[in-house]
Amino acid sequence: MRRSYVRALGTVALAATLVVAAGCQDSGGGDGGTASGDCGGKIAIFGAFTGDNAGLVIPSLNGAKLAVKQFNEANPNCKVTMQEFDTQGDPAVATPFANQIAGDNSFLGVIGGHFSGESDATMPIYQAAGLAMVAPSATRTDLTAKGNTSFYRVVGNDGTQAGAVASYLKTQNAAKVFLIDDASAYGAGITEELGKQLGPIVVNKDKIQERQAQFDATISKIKAAQADFVFYGGYTREAAPLVKQMRAAGVQAKFVGPDGLYDPAFPAGASGGAEGAIITCPCLPADKAGGTFSADYQKEFGIAPGSYGAEGFDAAKIYLDAFKDGKKTRADILAYVKAYDKQGVSKYIKFDAKGDVDPSKVVIWAYQIKGTAIEPLQELKLS
Amino acid sequence: MIDKIRSADRRRVSVLTSVGDRWRALTKWQQALGLAAFVAILYYLPLLGIPGLTWLRTDSIQGGNNWAGVLFVCAIYVLVAIGLNVVVGLAGLLDLGYIGFFAIGAYSVALFGSVNSPVVKWIQQEFDLPSTWAVTWAICLFIAIVLTMISGVLLGWPTLRLRGDYLAIVTLGFGEIIRIVARNATGVTNGPVGISAIPGPEGAPSADNKYFGLIDAKPWYWLAITFVLIMVFLVRRLEHSRVGRAWLAVREDEDAAAVMGVYPFKFKLWAFAIGAALGGLSGFLFGSRNAFIDPTQFNANLSILFVAMVVVGGSGNMIGVSLGAVLLAYLPERFRDFADYRWLVFGLAMVLVMILRPQGLVPSRRRARELKDRAAEAEEVPARV
Amino acid sequence: MHFDELIGHLGQHTVDGLSKGAIYALIALGYTLVYGVLRLINFAHSEVFMVGTFAVLILWNQLGVENNPPIGQAILFLVLGLVVAAVASGGTALALERIAYRPLRRKNAPPLIFLITAIGLSLVFVELFGQVLPKLLGGVLPAAFGRPRQIVGMPTIIQQETLFTIGNTAITNIQVIVFVAAVAMMALLDWFINRTRYGRGVRAVAQNPETAALMGVNQERVIMLIFVLGGIMAGAAALLWSMRFGFTQNSIGFVLGLKAFTAAVLGGIGNLRGALLGGLFLGIVEVYGATLFASNWEDVIAFVVLIVVLMFRPTGLLGESLGRARA
Repeated sequence: MRRSYVRALGTVALAATLVVAAGCQDSGGGDGGTASGDCGGKIAIFGAFTGDNAGLVIPSLNGAKLAVKQFNEANPNCKVTMQEFDTQGDPAVATPFANQIAGDNSFLGVIGGHFSGESDATMPIYQAAGLAMVAPSATRTDLTAKGNTSFYRVVGNDGTQAGAVASYLKTQNAAKVFLIDDASAYGAGITEELGKQLGPIVVNKDKIQERQAQFDATISKIKAAQADFVFYGGYTREAAPLVKQMRAAGVQAKFVGPDGLYDPAFPAGASGGAEGAIITCPCLPADKAGGTFSADYQKEFGIAPGSYGAEGFDAAKIYLDAFKDGKKTRADILAYVKAYDKQGVSKYIKFDAKGDVDPSKVVIWAYQIKGTAIEPLQELKLS
Repeated sequence: MIDKIRSADRRRVSVLTSVGDRWRALTKWQQALGLAAFVAILYYLPLLGIPGLTWLRTDSIQGGNNWAGVLFVCAIYVLVAIGLNVVVGLAGLLDLGYIGFFAIGAYSVALFGSVNSPVVKWIQQEFDLPSTWAVTWAICLFIAIVLTMISGVLLGWPTLRLRGDYLAIVTLGFGEIIRIVARNATGVTNGPVGISAIPGPEGAPSADNKYFGLIDAKPWYWLAITFVLIMVFLVRRLEHSRVGRAWLAVREDEDAAAVMGVYPFKFKLWAFAIGAALGGLSGFLFGSRNAFIDPTQFNANLSILFVAMVVVGGSGNMIGVSLGAVLLAYLPERFRDFADYRWLVFGLAMVLVMILRPQGLVPSRRRARELKDRAAEAEEVPARV
Repeated sequence: MHFDELIGHLGQHTVDGLSKGAIYALIALGYTLVYGVLRLINFAHSEVFMVGTFAVLILWNQLGVENNPPIGQAILFLVLGLVVAAVASGGTALALERIAYRPLRRKNAPPLIFLITAIGLSLVFVELFGQVLPKLLGGVLPAAFGRPRQIVGMPTIIQQETLFTIGNTAITNIQVIVFVAAVAMMALLDWFINRTRYGRGVRAVAQNPETAALMGVNQERVIMLIFVLGGIMAGAAALLWSMRFGFTQNSIGFVLGLKAFTAAVLGGIGNLRGALLGGLFLGIVEVYGATLFASNWEDVIAFVVLIVVLMFRPTGLLGESLGRARA
């Protein structure tokens, strides 16, 4: 009796499986991709919205949010939605998101990546899906040198930034520069560029590892080299303790870092140690940004736009303009981004054939740490 | 509250055992039919659209197509769990550096199969090959398995003489060494920049690939699940062979096994090498699916997650560890809505499962008996309580 | 390879290594104590340390400590910090024992189960301090909890100065404080375990739990005692860390715990003096390695040395001995 029951069950299960498998397919798939309605659509933004280095990325997210909000208020019959994907800056997390976004035809454009590693990992996926990527802060030079046709960035690359750092160091009469990097794709890349441009005035180099806390060996090397400038290519998490310990050990050399340190957590984490440190960033000081952006941002979020707030705004603006123009497919939007030619709040935006923003339009600023604030110092000459 | 959970759990286990008993009571052809149905369901899963079951899907956004991708991750984690189960569950060796083998597998296909890898570039230069030349995918598979087996033996040879807990830290160190070397040896592995354009069965990723593209994960899932089924079959044969029995003997009592003529070192090394090869295979699939790898994808947390899969599922039991792997890969994806708190919940769940069911969700029958014995022993010595 | 640099400043690197290793050693004691008695790896011990650093951070924030306070106040802050960190860490360790490990011990679960439980607990603590507390307390204690998972700075309590110089080796006040404090804590613990009545109980349980129970040693009390002792040592390490490095983060435990555990194994896990030796040895090896190659190789060197040492001395430099010490 039980046996026949089980047998019947088995047969039914098998039959059911096959029938159902034939009948019920999921509704995904199909290419082309059109948004419903006459106007508007959906875009995705991805980046490290939490994690060690989120302070660098959140202004950009806020900038993009602001742009979308303003657009939706001004155009009530053209709704644009933006969905956030928090990658924590990790390529391994960004890749599944990319597959998800690429496979969902309601997404018509992507803002990101914010870091170079995650951009590098996901570029081929978006390319295959015909989705445009507009990166507000992925600066590694070789990202645009890979023949990818859907990656654009509204920010200067590390080569340009390294050139600006080099020219700054030269105007400061730097004689002995010590280079440190965190062996990450971003930090090692920009530090190497800088090393090439500085040539013989680099006295020594060291590499540290992520999440390192104690820097005795590095500091000994700096002391032995009697450096007058220390350049650190990397992010806040390691830079804050490094600069603090350097100062505690009596190293007087000036501390210079790239945009990876443009994060309020850097002076806060170093609790006084970062005083006077110089941060370069291909991002505009808030009050120099065009239009009412800075005031609007301040009103919306209660703080001044930090790093890349204006770039995030600009990246979103490109898509919003495309929607306004009635573009409704991935292909149309990609073509629109490629041909974009307008003044943005951070800079004049027009892409070259590789996807970089016109290098002559890039502005790089030096900022200085005063207390816990990051204050604009001067605009830097590009190389 | 705890008591309620406990009694519910007891009911669940009794259902589970009765299912097991009924299954074993079936005739051969009925089992075969049941298995066939199960396999059919496995292959059907990525298309899942049965009303009432669709909530299982992980598309957090409407019309999203991430479900097959999550299934793929589940499948390669099952492969990892089966491999690690050979080491931890069958041979009783605590390996906290399994990610090392996973990474070696992934790097094998990346270093030899991608035109962007320094190794391939060097070979091209050395032998005057065209710049599109790279080792084909199938050969990479072979390389991955051989390399991971060799590295398993290389790690095992000096360290397997160590007792359990020492082995744990040494293997943990091994996993870290692999990751840091991959990160720092820029000339060989491209360092932190990573390697892109890793090939799949149809060659390097490109828009012309018919099945194994970057977007649609379904064919990848089907490929992975095929590997899983083959490996389940092979490991099952191994488990019930002379080697499998030797592993059990070594796990239970090394000295007794040695006295009975089972040379522990040899069998431990075998377990290590076989486990390593399975981890490598899994990493290989991971690398070729993602088409991009960099060293940050192989950190020590994953090693620990792997061990957790085996133990939570029920170490020693292949069905159990597979379930553990699926749950640990699937749940964080399914509950992305909790976003910020999912790891907290995940940690709590791990602690609860261990306190309530130390033998794992689906324990191996032999293991469960051992645990019962231990618990009984504990009761005999009231001073311990 | 920078041999000349290493040889030229050998003394300096050794001193740096010792002060680095002292903190490893203090944390390693927690692993070693628990292992010596219970034969289990308390993987969550790294979080016990992390909780200690946050306790110090919150205390100093609440007291409104600023950079470089006058010396009298500085000593007060350090002593208060030690008490708070020891209470927080000791309490956390005790809570771990009571909530998670005791039910497992009742079932006489195998070590692997303890390990996985500890990993789960570790995750819970990391997320608690990374996500939950910043959201709950971010408004009340903004300086202590910044954005989720972000690094938080602490005020400098003692200005680093060179105390004296031997040859080209400069020894700073901080290094001396860290080293002396760590060694003193360890000496105290060593005395406690080897010379007092409670310590005898600990050793008895480590040697043979059944016999100890028959002889009237309250085993549960001994187990609670070792968790609390390990926690207090981690709390001391947390204070020294806060004083020397002046920052914390929810995730600092993992790497440090890994190193401390390595140190414990190097010295011979279960052996108190082994933990000291292992910690100092590991600190020196790391600094030498970082000097010889570059800092990003230091972990590789540490682990390779571990594997080599264990190949020749399978139970660590001094062997396991908490129980078997015939002292």
